[in-house]
Amino acid sequence: MRIKISIQHVGKVFGEGRQPVEALKDVSLDIADNAFVTFVGASGCGKSTLLRIIGGLEYHTSGEVLVDGAPIMGPGADRAMVFQHYSLYPWLSVMENIKFSRRLRHGRENLREADVEAASGRADALLALMGLSAAANAWPNQLSGGMQQRVAIARALMGRPQVLLMDEPFGALDAQTREVMHDLILHVHRLEKPTLAFVTHDVEEAIYLGQRVVLMAPRPGRIDTIYEVPLPAEREQDMKHTPEFLALKREILARIRETSGMKADQDMLDQLNLQKAEAAS
Amino acid sequence: MPAAPRTGARRPGMWTIRGPLSRRQYWLFAALGLLVPLGLWWGTSSLAGVDKVFLPGPADVFNRLVAWYTEDDLMSDVWISIYRVTMGFVISAAIALPLALLIGTFRPVQALLEPLTDFIRYMPAVAFIPLVMLWVGIDESSKIAIIFIGTFFQMVLMMAEDVRRVPLAQIEAAQTMGADRGETVKLVIFQAAKPALLDTLRVTMGWAWTYLVVAELVAANSGLGYSILKAQRFLQTDKIFVGIILIGLIGLVMDQLFRLAHRKAFPWLYLR
Repeated sequence: MRIKISIQHVGKVFGEGRQPVEALKDVSLDIADNAFVTFVGASGCGKSTLLRIIGGLEYHTSGEVLVDGAPIMGPGADRAMVFQHYSLYPWLSVMENIKFSRRLRHGRENLREADVEAASGRADALLALMGLSAAANAWPNQLSGGMQQRVAIARALMGRPQVLLMDEPFGALDAQTREVMHDLILHVHRLEKPTLAFVTHDVEEAIYLGQRVVLMAPRPGRIDTIYEVPLPAEREQDMKHTPEFLALKREILARIRETSGMKADQDMLDQLNLQKAEAAS
Repeated sequence: MPAAPRTGARRPGMWTIRGPLSRRQYWLFAALGLLVPLGLWWGTSSLAGVDKVFLPGPADVFNRLVAWYTEDDLMSDVWISIYRVTMGFVISAAIALPLALLIGTFRPVQALLEPLTDFIRYMPAVAFIPLVMLWVGIDESSKIAIIFIGTFFQMVLMMAEDVRRVPLAQIEAAQTMGADRGETVKLVIFQAAKPALLDTLRVTMGWAWTYLVVAELVAANSGLGYSILKAQRFLQTDKIFVGIILIGLIGLVMDQLFRLAHRKAFPWLYLR
């Protein structure tokens, strides 16, 4: 299996001088071509920072990150990113948003007539794939949150990126919309075959989507455990109720709690349970 | 079947916190807010013992307006003032816009210019009059220069803030689609900031008008501000009233034009 993204001993220190914060410490991870890897962990574990480093939006202070064997030099169209929100351009229609990269120099260079037509066809195909054909001429703020994220995903896919980075893309959506988006993104992954790195705080989402779940721990941000998801490649909503799924979910949740370092919260919970037990007896 | 009798909370009234107000009620209150002060003015001025020099009534002011229009060439005063304010404002905007884009985008430019601008904007524009006369002279450009000084520094800072408020996700999305620095500024930051920038222009246009009287202190012999100053010398209180009200009205019209332009230029912000 070919390695697409290689993260080797990556460290990231925020701020210089008196109180530097170690956001990432000695993070090493290989992500295979066409893999779907999800990242979970307590807040402050650096999962978003790691994703942003791969995307070139943040720089690491030690170690190296290689994409196809070459170190990354800032953001680029080969690594598209989908954000939680506010990333669409409200002054452009849905179609214009999706075709935004065509306005950029690198999107126009070395283009033949046929390429332009192909791109137009691709935009239409992506709209259809995302179920947005009827909304092509709408403005983003005429759409629901779920539809807006579908536009953002279509826009990210437009340039056929080899790597798709998603930073809590469904974090602001309601539970029903999120389920639909899960199956949609799995479909996109099968169809377009990008290497997909997906950050979330929702463990169920991480297991349902990921072939591997990377659990990170805070202070300093690091990889704690990597779980292989024991589910068939083709996922179905019903799998969320299987014993394997639930067991893995319980295990990951427990581990996040252990690593969160929120001792005060944990003590308070224990106290409550103790009181409940006393009241019952 | 008759409708079921209703129970429970009623439609909230206009005095509930952030309650609703129908269009009719809105205009009613707006009219009230304008007519009550007018009535008070009229009432007070017609009380016995109130000297017209201290407080002319609405009728006196209206008569003065008509006299000014027919005998004293009011329109040329209006136009020259509009010209001065607009020129000062446009020059200010033309320089402030690119600077604000740079300040809001590049931290070194911010560090270079923002403290300096913050310092200058606290200096009173009136105090610059002798310097402006010395450096620019006493012709039209000196009046425009005063309005520029009064407007520009505030405008730059507010516009820079508009530029800074563009969501980072919009900028980063462009970068991950392969936009270079220039493209990000031109196609994302400027486009995203445009509605806020036009709003800032609207607000600072109002400030430009407040500097008119100050500007026309400089060797002017026409204009609304100049007329107010001259009327002061001759104790023509009613003329002072006319001048002030006209400046207010022109400002109101310009403000509404800016709002209209905003609605036309950025329709996606007015969908509901």
